[in-house]
Amino acid sequence: MSIFIDENTKLLVQGITGRDGSFHARQMMEYGTQVVGGVTPGKGGQTFEGPDGRSCPIFDTMEQAVAATGANASVIYVPPAFAADAIMEAAGAGVPFIVAITEGVPVLDMTRVYAYVQDAGVRLLGPNCPGLLSPGKSKVGILPGQIATPGPVGVVSRSGTLTYEVVYQLTNAGIGQSTCVGIGGDPINGTNFIDCLEAFENDPETKAVVMIGEIGGTDEQQAAEFVSSRMTKPVVGFIAGQTAPPGRRMGHAGAIISGSEGTAAEKIETFERNGIGVAKKPSDVVGLIQAVL
Amino acid sequence: MNIHEYQAREILTAHGVPVPPGVVATTPEEVERAAQQFGSTVVVKAQVHAGGRGKAGGVKLAKSPAEAKDVAGKILGMRIKDLPVEKVLVAPAEDIASEAYVGMILDRASKRVVVMVSREGGVDIEEVAAMNPDAIRKLAVDPRYGLLPYQAYSLAVSLYDDIRQQRACAKILQQLYAAFLSSGASLAEINPLVTTPDGEVKALDAKFNIDDNELFRRPDIEALRDTSGEPEAEIQAREAGLTFIKLDGNIGACVNGAGLAMATMDLIKFYGGEPANFLDIGGSSNPEKVVNALRIITADPNVKVICFNIFGGITRCDDVANGIVTATQRIKIDVPIVIRLTGTNEDAALEILKNAGFSATTSMDEVVQKAVELAGAGK
Repeated sequence: MSIFIDENTKLLVQGITGRDGSFHARQMMEYGTQVVGGVTPGKGGQTFEGPDGRSCPIFDTMEQAVAATGANASVIYVPPAFAADAIMEAAGAGVPFIVAITEGVPVLDMTRVYAYVQDAGVRLLGPNCPGLLSPGKSKVGILPGQIATPGPVGVVSRSGTLTYEVVYQLTNAGIGQSTCVGIGGDPINGTNFIDCLEAFENDPETKAVVMIGEIGGTDEQQAAEFVSSRMTKPVVGFIAGQTAPPGRRMGHAGAIISGSEGTAAEKIETFERNGIGVAKKPSDVVGLIQAVL
Repeated sequence: MNIHEYQAREILTAHGVPVPPGVVATTPEEVERAAQQFGSTVVVKAQVHAGGRGKAGGVKLAKSPAEAKDVAGKILGMRIKDLPVEKVLVAPAEDIASEAYVGMILDRASKRVVVMVSREGGVDIEEVAAMNPDAIRKLAVDPRYGLLPYQAYSLAVSLYDDIRQQRACAKILQQLYAAFLSSGASLAEINPLVTTPDGEVKALDAKFNIDDNELFRRPDIEALRDTSGEPEAEIQAREAGLTFIKLDGNIGACVNGAGLAMATMDLIKFYGGEPANFLDIGGSSNPEKVVNALRIITADPNVKVICFNIFGGITRCDDVANGIVTATQRIKIDVPIVIRLTGTNEDAALEILKNAGFSATTSMDEVVQKAVELAGAGK
C-alpha cells in the first residue's frame, strides 16, 4: 500500500509539450508511472514520444483525455497565468486526484480553485509543490526518483528540496518510504498536513511518519494536535526557518512570520508537547525514526 | 509587495471610496505650497514601508504653511525602522467624530478573503485582536459569489447606528472588496474609517499589501514598487530571478529551494556560524543564475566563505557546476567556496568541478561544518 498514488494510477500530464512538462513526463515514464496521455490545447491528435520507444496520445481538452484514457490522476505543469483554469478543468473532467506543480499561482485564484475542487469532491495536491512518490510504484511530479526506496516510512513536507534531503538521508540509512508527499509552500493549497497524516494512519504499509514543516501559518500546530489526538503511529518532525528574520517572505509565499504566529520555536514547542520528536538538523531525522520503528 | 499609503488612497479613490484630498511631496517647499493650497490645518505623514509611523514621529499636524514646511523638514530624511523617508503625504486635517476599522485579508485557515470590521479604529488591529477579540467581526467571503450586499450591510450595521452611515459603510466595503480583487491584494485596510461631525464616512488612512504572485499580470501595480530603502543586493537578486535576503553573518549561502535554504541557514547556526544571507536560486537549470548569485553574495564585504548546498531535482547539478566555474572565471572571488552537490546529474557535476580544481561533497552536514570552520567560527 501507499497513499494517493500506486501502480494503478493512470496519469494525464497537463502541459505535456512544454519545457518542464515534457521533461518530467519522460522522467515519470522512466520511473514506471503509467502516463496514459497529455493535454496541450491545439496539439490534440499528436503523439508524445517518451523514453525507450514508449509514447502516449495528446489531447486538446481534459474532457477528451479522460474519456479516451480512463485516467484517475493528473499533474499540471502549465504557467501560473493558466494554472487555476487547468486545475478546474481537471476537476470538471472528474479527475479524482490532481497535482499542481506550478509555482507562483496568484493566491486569489486559489480561493476560487479551492471552492471549485471542494464542490467537485476531488483532491488537489499543491500548487507550488514537488508532487509525490510511492517508491517502486509510481511518481507524480518532479521528485528525483533515484533517492527513494520502498519501505515503512511516510514522509510529508511543505518543501521540495528539503524533502529530497530527508528522503535521501533515510534511504542512505537503509530506511525505505511508503509515500513521500510534498504539499507545497503556498498559503492556500489543496491538501494539508492533516489530510496526509490521516491517509498514512489508514495505510497498513506505513509504520511511522516524518513531518517536515517550516515557518509561517499554523498548519503544523493543528497537525500536531491531530497526531496526539487521532494517530496511533509514531510521528517525528523537523521545522525549517529557526533563524529566519520576522516579516520577510523566505521564498515560499507561505513562509513568512507575522507577529507570534508561525515561528519555528512555536512550532517545535507544539510538536514536542504533542509527542512528536523534533530533529535539530535534517540528518537527525534518521535517528529519531530508527528509535520509533 | 508593500505599497505606500498615498498609492493605496489612489486605488481606493479609483474604486469610488470617499478619501479626503492629499498631495505627495518630496521637499519642505512642496509641503508648504500644498498647505497653502489647502488653507487649513494639515497633517504631514511619512510615506515609508514601516508600521508605527506615528509613534516614530513620522506623522505631524501643522497649523500653518510655515509650520508644515518646518515639520516636513524634520520628517523628510528621518529614518523609521531604518528606512529613509523620502516622501510625505500632505492632507487637510479632518474633524473626527468616530474612528472604525475595516480590513480584508487572504486567510490561510478559511482559504478565503476574510473581511474584518471593528468599532475600535485608529489603533493597531493586532492589538485589538489580542486584547478584545470580541470587538472584531469577521466574515469569510465565498469566492463563488463575492461580498454580497446584505453581508456588507450586516457588517456596516455592527459599526454604525445611523442608517445613512450604515449604507455609506456598506458601499465602502463593497468598493474595498472590488479594490482588493483588482489590485491582487493579500491585505487591504482602511484604518481609520472616520465619520465627520456632519455625518460623512471617509477613509483617512489605507494600507495595501500585494500578493507577489499577482504582479506578472498587473503591470500598473508593479509600477507602484518603491525600491528606496531596499538593499541594493535584494533589488539585483529580484531582477535576476533569485530570492535573496541579506542577513548579518559572514557565511554566504547559495541553495536551491526555499525549505532547504532555510534549513541550511539553520544548520550554519547550529554549528556555531552565522549566515550572511538567505538565497534560493530556484528550480531553474540556468548556469547564469549561479553567476548572478555569486556576484550578489561576493558584493557583501562581510562574506568570508561561500557555501553551496544543491539538491538536484528539477535543478541539474552539472548546470550549477558550470555556473560556478563560469562565475569564477568572470568575477574575482577572494573567499573560499565549499560545495555540496547531490541528485540529478551529480557525477557529471563532480567531474566538472574536479577539472576546474574544486572539490565537492555530497553531505550537507559536512559542507556546512567546513564553511563554519573556514569562517573562523564554530563549536
